[in-house]
Parts: sequence; C-alpha cells; structure tokens
Amino acid sequence: MTRIAAAAILAASLVLAVAADAQQAPPARVAAPVIKIEKGEACVAPADEMRRNHMKMLLHQRDRTMRQGLREPQHSLKGCVECHASRDTGSVLGKEGFCSSCHEYTAVKIDCFQCHTPLRQAPAAARRP
Amino acid sequence: MASVQYREIEGRSGAYLALLGVLGALVLAGLGAAWLMEHEGHHITGMTNRIVWGTPHVFAVFLIVAASGALNVASIASVFGRELYKPLARLSALLAITLLAGGLAVLVLDLGRPDRLIVAMTHYNFKSVFAWNIFLYTGFFAVVALYLWTMLERRMNGYTRRAGVLAFLWRLVLTTGTGSIFGFLVAREPYAGALMAPLFIVMSFSFGLAVFVLVLMAACRWSGRSLGDAVLGRLRSLLGVFVATVLYFVAVQHLSNLYIARQHELERFFLLEGGVYTALFWLGQVLVGGVLPLALLFGAASRGALAAAAACVIAGGFAQLYVLIIGGQAYPQQMFPEKEVASSFFDGVVASYAPSLPEVALGAGGVALALALTVVALRVLPFLPASLADADVDVLGGTA
Amino acid sequence: MSPERRQFLAWGAAAAAGSALAPGLRLVELAQARSPEEAASKLQRWGLLIDITKCGGCDDCVTACHAENGVSGHGRPETDAQWIRKLSVRDKRTGYAQALPLMCQHCEHPPCVDVCPTGASFKRDDGIVLVDKHTCIGCRYCVLACPYGARSFIHEAVSGQKADVPRGKGTVESCTLCVHRVDRGETPACVEACNRDGGKAMAFGDLNDAASAIHRRLKSEASGQIRADLALNTGVRYQGL
Repeated sequence: MTRIAAAAILAASLVLAVAADAQQAPPARVAAPVIKIEKGEACVAPADEMRRNHMKMLLHQRDRTMRQGLREPQHSLKGCVECHASRDTGSVLGKEGFCSSCHEYTAVKIDCFQCHTPLRQAPAAARRP
Repeated sequence: MASVQYREIEGRSGAYLALLGVLGALVLAGLGAAWLMEHEGHHITGMTNRIVWGTPHVFAVFLIVAASGALNVASIASVFGRELYKPLARLSALLAITLLAGGLAVLVLDLGRPDRLIVAMTHYNFKSVFAWNIFLYTGFFAVVALYLWTMLERRMNGYTRRAGVLAFLWRLVLTTGTGSIFGFLVAREPYAGALMAPLFIVMSFSFGLAVFVLVLMAACRWSGRSLGDAVLGRLRSLLGVFVATVLYFVAVQHLSNLYIARQHELERFFLLEGGVYTALFWLGQVLVGGVLPLALLFGAASRGALAAAAACVIAGGFAQLYVLIIGGQAYPQQMFPEKEVASSFFDGVVASYAPSLPEVALGAGGVALALALTVVALRVLPFLPASLADADVDVLGGTA
Repeated sequence: MSPERRQFLAWGAAAAAGSALAPGLRLVELAQARSPEEAASKLQRWGLLIDITKCGGCDDCVTACHAENGVSGHGRPETDAQWIRKLSVRDKRTGYAQALPLMCQHCEHPPCVDVCPTGASFKRDDGIVLVDKHTCIGCRYCVLACPYGARSFIHEAVSGQKADVPRGKGTVESCTLCVHRVDRGETPACVEACNRDGGKAMAFGDLNDAASAIHRRLKSEASGQIRADLALNTGVRYQGL
C-alpha cells in the first residue's frame, strides 16, 4: 500500500516537474498557432480527437462523397470551412487562418485548398431560388 | 572463347570532368524547367487542351524506346549466342537502365502533379496500359540489374543466359506496352491499331542500337581503347537492317491507311498538307532517319559514316516521334464524318503547337541524365572491355 | 425499400401535403432527391436528351455551366478549360448546318476511365463519369483517350472556386453532369438554362426509370449517339443529328 502511495507521489511530482519545465522553456522561434473559433458551440468531436484525427475523418468523408455521392455534412470539408473561416477574411487560410496557422506551426503542408475554396460561402439566401 | 578483360575508365582527366559538368548543368536546367512548369502550371509550355502531350513526351518516349532497344546487343550475345557481341553486353545492359531512367524522369516531371507520384505507386487501375507500364518499367530495372549482376559477378556467370532470356522477353513486352499506350486509343485515328506495338519494337531496335553505337564509339575513343572493324562492321549491318525494317513498317502503316476511305483525310494531313508535320515526316523521318542512314551504312565503310548514320537515325527517330505524338494530336478528332466542324475549343481544325524552352530543357535534361548516369557508371564498375581490337574479339565465334 | 427509408418518405409526404400551398415548393424535384445518407445507385443512370433541331444560336447552356461550376478562363482560349461547348456542324457537300452542345457524354464504357493509371477517372454507380482530383496525377492520358475532346487540363492556378466544385492546377476535369445538383435532386445547370432562356432543347433524367420523361421519349422517338460506332453507350443522346 505504501509502495503504491509512494509511486503515486513520485508520478505526481514528475508531472509537476515536467509542467514547470514547459513553462520555463524559452520562447519558441515559431509563433504558436492562433486558434479562433468563430461559430458554433462545439465541433463534431471533442477538440483533442479533432486535433488528432481530423485528417482521417476528412479522408474518409472525401472518398464517400466523391465515389458514392454520400454528402453527409458531419465530416465534410465544406462544414469545417463553414464554422472555422475567419469572420474578418472569411477564409480558413491566411496569417491567422484556422487551418493555416496550425499547419504552419506543425510544418504540415495542406493540399486541400489547391482545389477546394478556403472561403465561407455566402449565406444560402443569396442563392437564386 | 577468348576471355574478355573489362576495366573501369579512369575518369580523372579534365575532359571527363568537363563532360560530366556539361551533362550535370543540362540536368539542372531540366530540373529547373520542371520546377517552373510545376509552379506556374503548364500554360507556360506550348501544350494546350488539344496538344496535351508535348515535347517532353517526345523525349521521354524516345528514351524509353531506345532503352529497350539498347539491350538488344546484350540479347544477341546471351540469348542468340553470338560471341562477337559478348564483350558489348555489359555496356548494352547499362545503357538500357540509364536511358530508361532518363526517360522516366522526363515523364514523371511533366506530370501535372509530380508531387503525387506516390499516388501512382499506391493506386492502380489494372485496365490502364499506363498502369501496366509502371510495372513493366520498374520490372525492367530489376530484371536488367539482375542480368548485369550475372555478367559482372563471376560466380553468377552460369545464369547469364537465363537472365538474358528473361530480360529479352521482358523488353519485348515492355515495348509492346509503350506502343500500346498509343495503339489502344480507339478515339484517335492516327494511333488506334495493333500495328503500334510492333512498330515501336522495330523503332526500339533501330534507335537503341544507334544510341549504343555512338556511346560505344565515344567511350572507346575518349578512353583510348581500341575498337576494331570487326565489331563496327557487324553493328553497321545490324543497324542497316533495323533502319530498313522501320521504313517497311512505316510504309505498311501508311499504305493500309491509304486503302481505307475513312483514313484518306488523315493521310492527306500527314503526307501532303500537314505543314510542319508533313515536312518532318518526309525530310526528318524518311530522308534523315531512313534513306540517308541506309546510304551511309551500305555506301561507305568508314567509321565517320557509321557515326553519322547513327546520328541520323537518332535525329530521324525524334522526328518520327514528334510527327506521331504531336502530329497525331494536332490532327482533329473525327466526330462527324463528312461534316465540317467548328467551335471555340478548336474542333475541326489542326491544333497549333510550338515547343517551348522549358519543354525542350526538360527533355534535354532527361537525355543528359541518361548520359551522365552512363558516364559515372563506366567509371565505377567495369562495363567497358579493355580492348575491342579485332585481335581481342572472337571474330569466328560471332559468325557461327 | 428499408423501413427507415419508407418512414422517411412517409414523413416527407406528410410534410409536403401539409405545406402544399407554400409558394415555390417543387414537389417533383423534392420527391427525386436522395437523402445525403443514400449512396448513388446502379438502379439509376443519369443522362441527357438533346434535340438539336431546337438548338439555336444561343450559348446559354455554356454560360450557365461555367457560372455554376466556377469555370473561368484567363483569356487564353487554348489552355482555358471548357466543360461544355457549342459545335457548329456543316455538311461538306450540301452545306446543311446545325449547332449542338457537346460535353462529357457519360459513357457506359468510358475510354477515359479505362486508360487512367490511378483510377482517378471513374464512373459513379449512377453512370456519372467524374475525375477524382485527389488521385489525379495530371498525366493527361484521359484527354487523349476521350473521343469527344470533352476533357480539359487545368494549366494554371485556380482561385475563387465554388464550394461544391473543387478545381485545381495540374489535374484534369470535365462536365460532372452537375453532380452536386443531381445529388440535391436538381437538374444540371445547362438543362435548366436551356429550358428557361434557350430553345428548350435539353432534357435531363434517369434513363433507367421507365416512368421518366426521358426514358419514354427515347423509347418512342428517334435518337442517336455521337460516335455510335465506338459502342460506348453514351448517357447523352441527340435527336436530329
């Protein structure tokens, strides 16, 4: 019993030490990403899952939409842009763009927007009846 | 059987380094051109929505066709047992690999999305001739590398014949695949038909041997090795036969088209009214690539004449592929027989095309890459015999 | 039909009945729309029937298509994309002249799909031929293979795309039969424009559906395919050729 308690204390102190270390780290050379969420209460999944798996969701949805014509809105790129485009620029790209700022920080090239528009669409009312 | 001594070239002279430097500069220029095309998009080239395959494809197809043909010399030695060709087999297989590498580099760098090459390696449509060719090309590298190994490694010499047969069969299938890229295009009158595959095979014999002869003569001359008349005489008559065969196939192709009323417009285009394509056909393909080399090969026995004939065959080969690939696209697709067609998308008219500098630079870069790889390989491994003088090659064995 | 689907339709019918008086509600098209959770089906084959005797001098179909799909040029006609174009066809001997719109013919046996090395060029279950730009490497072999010159290669960077119609440099594209509209239960933009402003020459529908107008017309009236000799069984049929 005491051994377990000791282990727990050790673990806790380690975690604290690491956290303290992280706080004291010198400022990064690359600017931290700006994550501004402009619209909506919650994403389609918790934030940590989205961070880890958004590309898998998009890839899965991409093939369903392209090959089978399944246009479920849940994991569509259009849906991402709709919520996450900046209120000022209307885009998910740009200096503080939702997609680009993180991708620049992590140095992962996004290929989506060579073809897909990064801009939020005009409200549906503007569409011809 | 005389045992042949192979030796690396020394490669320390200023001339060697200068050659490598020039080739390297050309390769860099080609890479720069590819980067520019990828960055700006293909609108900076001469290619359009009507001529989607331009000058880079002429170079790429030439190199790929010549690659499989360059292997012929080795095949004659290993498969058909002609001893005279045996000392040449290593260089022949080496050229097969390097020419293919140069051709594929051009092909890949001309893609709209060369960054997606990995997609071409992971997604396959097995009905596509292109997809077959991806396997044929990569397989060719492996098979010829194996073949070279059996030649270079003394303990493996016993397997040379078997590897040679495999490589020979593979190259026939490979060139069939290259020809079928065009032959299977049902919608294009200038291409569609089974003749494309054998035509490409005889073209490969001719272009590949021409490249081989020039490289062999240059390598021996610049490395100070003797090259006897026995070897050159044999290559001369072989090249003559190949050039004549290409002419024969081209004649059959056009004669059968001339017989078919539906194809009369097509023949009028290529043989009479096609402007630059007609000129390139008669002057480039037929005169420079066919008649002139035949006259040089059978009319004069000098080395200069042989070298000139090989150069002519190469020039004529480029002309032939230009007429076939670009002329074949420039000729309007026939959707409505007996009707005149016009549109904003250049239907019914001969599409215009002029090669652009980036395209030529990319193509020339591929040629330079093939030659640079050869030049480096000759220095690193013993591909070239120490001597090809008449006394050192098995003249009698060759005639057996 | 699955119970869920039946339930869905029943609700749809109830909702439609309840709002039958609502202005502008298009009952017919709504009934055809697939739900986003339903995949394109082999039971359907979308196609066009174009009566070229009614096709006049306008190019409303072209304008509407390019506006709908965000296909804009750079003032370079040789490299700019065209998804649909008007062809003038004139008999060499008699001089008899006709005009017709030409676009991807959505073949049952598309040569462009056969030749594509990566499978990017593909035919959807409901017969619509598309390019998957995610796997297109830009080799342009399909452009060479198409008998109709229907495909364009994107020669330079694109911006201002429509959200439903991604387009980008270095890939090949062609008429999608307005697949994004078809999936919503609407007709392609060219057909809509032709029937609104043009000669009412174009009709869209399910070639397999015995109840559809296009099916009935194809059954009772003469029609043909361009390059029928290639036996590609095109989804776009012409009358008056």
